[in-house]
Amino acid sequence: MITLDSKIPEGPLQDKWTHYKENARLVSPANKKKLEIIVVGTGISGAPAASALGELGYNVKVFCYQDTPRRAHSVAAQGGINAAKNYKNDGDSVYQLFYDVIKGGDFRAREANVYRIAEVSNQVIDHFTAIGVPFAREYGGTLTTRSFGGVQVSRTFYSRGQTGQQVLLGAYSSLTRQIKEGTVTMYPRREMLDIVVIDGKARGIITRNLLTGEIERHSAHAVVLATGGYGTIYYLSTLAVNSNASAAWSAYKRGAAFANPSFVQIHPSSVPQMNEFQSKLTLMSESLRNDGRVWVPKNKGDKRPANEIPEEDRDYYLERRYPAFGNLVPRDVASRAAKERCDAGYGVGPTGLAVNLDFRDAIKKQGKKAIEEKYGNLFDMYKDITGIDSYTEPMRIYPAGHYTMGGLWVSYELMTTIPGLFAVGESNFSDHGANRLGASSLMQGAGDGYFILPYTIGNYLASEIKTPKIKTDLPEFHEAETRSAEKINKLLSVGGKQTPTTFHKKLGKIMWDHCGMARNEEGLTEALGMIRELREEFWKDLLVPGKADELNQELEKAGRVADFLELGELMVTDALNRRESCGAHFREESQTPDHEALRNDDEYAYVAVWEYNEDGPPALHKEELKFEFVELKQRSYK
Amino acid sequence: MKLKLKIWKQKDARSRGSFVTYDLDGVSPEMSFIEMLTYLNETLIAQGGEPVTFEHDCHEGICGSCGMYVNGYPHGPVKGLTTCLLSMRYFKDGETITIEPWRAKPFPVIKDLMVDRTAFDRIQQAGGFISVAVGAAPEANSIPVRKHNSDLAFDASVCIGCGACVAACKNASAMLFVSAKVSQYALLPQGRPEAKERVQAMIAEMDKQGFGNCSNTGACEAQCPKQIKLFNIARLNREYYRSY
Repeated sequence: MITLDSKIPEGPLQDKWTHYKENARLVSPANKKKLEIIVVGTGISGAPAASALGELGYNVKVFCYQDTPRRAHSVAAQGGINAAKNYKNDGDSVYQLFYDVIKGGDFRAREANVYRIAEVSNQVIDHFTAIGVPFAREYGGTLTTRSFGGVQVSRTFYSRGQTGQQVLLGAYSSLTRQIKEGTVTMYPRREMLDIVVIDGKARGIITRNLLTGEIERHSAHAVVLATGGYGTIYYLSTLAVNSNASAAWSAYKRGAAFANPSFVQIHPSSVPQMNEFQSKLTLMSESLRNDGRVWVPKNKGDKRPANEIPEEDRDYYLERRYPAFGNLVPRDVASRAAKERCDAGYGVGPTGLAVNLDFRDAIKKQGKKAIEEKYGNLFDMYKDITGIDSYTEPMRIYPAGHYTMGGLWVSYELMTTIPGLFAVGESNFSDHGANRLGASSLMQGAGDGYFILPYTIGNYLASEIKTPKIKTDLPEFHEAETRSAEKINKLLSVGGKQTPTTFHKKLGKIMWDHCGMARNEEGLTEALGMIRELREEFWKDLLVPGKADELNQELEKAGRVADFLELGELMVTDALNRRESCGAHFREESQTPDHEALRNDDEYAYVAVWEYNEDGPPALHKEELKFEFVELKQRSYK
Repeated sequence: MKLKLKIWKQKDARSRGSFVTYDLDGVSPEMSFIEMLTYLNETLIAQGGEPVTFEHDCHEGICGSCGMYVNGYPHGPVKGLTTCLLSMRYFKDGETITIEPWRAKPFPVIKDLMVDRTAFDRIQQAGGFISVAVGAAPEANSIPVRKHNSDLAFDASVCIGCGACVAACKNASAMLFVSAKVSQYALLPQGRPEAKERVQAMIAEMDKQGFGNCSNTGACEAQCPKQIKLFNIARLNREYYRSY
């Protein structure tokens, strides 16, 4: 039975992190050299964590499934990274950033964590700038910013439409420096299969070498998961197709509690699905809503080409419904509004499941060149995929699964319920509540990795300085390795007829239809049954070609789908439990008269924390959320 | 659409490879090239055959995982696209498409269309970074950068490390890749303190990894999916001469 101790420091909000740092225990340089840390994942939390820990002098081992750390999916983040620099003199502050994130998350995040990430956001920008990330600049040579959804200030730093690539490559460059220095050892093309727990502490991982199929044991004094989110459970999502939940899921099954698994952000602007073979819904950055206006025809079934529909026949529904924020409402609000219009029959495009994102007015006002400078690569990408030139006709967009606010439960120290197992970035649940604001994921990932984890892991490792190097011939390693090998053999020996991808598509559809943008009791209950049936079918009719001890991409997929089939059930269970709407979690039974998410703070102002139970349903624990510094309000962007 | 696919199959780096021809029916012009290959694999697996091994991940042209010769061109015949963004509408019904892995000595074949590109990581490790540790950075706006330079640095920094430049080059030169990284840092004041050591170390490592020299044919620029410009190589050479 787990106990939840969030370890939030005492004192005023503004002083908590300072107090924590002042009181955190330190590890001497001589001892750091003797301590080993495993970091799994090299995205915008893993690469910063690994390089920062390497710089401190720890022995770091880093793992990723790609051939090189530079390909982690953070590379695809487009719009930007937030910080409370207030360079625009528009009233921004650490408190304002904190408040926007807490409110944007619909008051389902921890105050102390959110304040801390706002606090370190400025250091993140300083660091990236110093290591050569080419953020956009003004003619005077200073950094510039732009606006993002859900806020009324301009605090988003960016590198055209590929900010994620630029900050990730910056983090990767620092990581390579540490690899060269010898403080970090890189293990690419490894999939983490299991976590090894010895005497209640995380002491290592089991990996599969994806080139040889070899199952390997790796030990350390502490393990950090930076393995990202699980949005690919929908099959079609904005994520890289190989992004997966397996590392986090194996940690869950070894005792790390999972928090708010049903909190998934559905991004409002992706390229709509065009055919059944589609493997991916490509994101079109939220920054486009700075200049693009979202609309559908006023008249149902108006099939005229967009440019032939006159102004009076257009319904700019976001501007109409949310005059204060207009096209820049938060993502959950924009997604639901698009779904509402399409469900009501006003959608555009061949499927009717799309809305227009129109740049006509912005181009008229600012000129094509200005728009090209800001979003050129996005317009190009949109044209590559759809063949449509968005400089002359509107983009068509539709919501898609994007980011998971839920994840492994962590304390203020970013430690899971398994001592010595930490989770950073998207893989933890901590900062975004029920909805993440745009440009906050790079901020959180890099903040966790560069400026928070190095303190909190030090505080933990200070009591491990007498622990000698962990041996990998211990029985716990043997058990974990056996379990992993057994699962692989089981996947290979089903001998059925359906490929892993077939099952993934089926699961994705169940999740999208019943546990996507809108959820209700009946649909969720039905989904539970469907997932269980599909899981049974999976283990009876799966077809995986090839062998275990070789490069086998289908086997990789099968293992990931097997885990998704379990995680899906937990997501639905969590969505069923939370009979309120909050942020991205929209329970149709709980809405205001004008169809906005209606929270129930009396009953649900808690983090739903699930503990794995081998023999039955997972146990629900509740971390009550105490709001001492902000007043809980019904979120309004009107 | 119905296609004839001539695909390079090779068990591992030591084995000899050869072309295998597959007939594939039911290809939709809306598919991407990667989706078409995935569809081929799904078909092959269902028939009890062995799927083709190839790499892909983000499907939006930014991770750099995908990459193969399509009809002799790295990433295919359309300018400025990665293989994952190459649409099947560029191909005709009944067409024969030849698909091969990158062919360059420093990129040994792992299996079929998958090659080992870790030589790029080793070049980056030699000096492709600015040595500022976490905690040591000055306030971001204390380092003004001329917008023009910042924009040029950005243009160079969009490299996705896919290896198409090497694959396109008759000398298997990695000059465009190296010049992009060197240029990004050379153009920024933050990168100047280590400029000399960086360019020397990265070039030395590039040679050590077995990449060839540049003979200015410009094939790399023509095939770069991110359209990184040849003048970065000129800057690389200038930086290199200046460093001695």
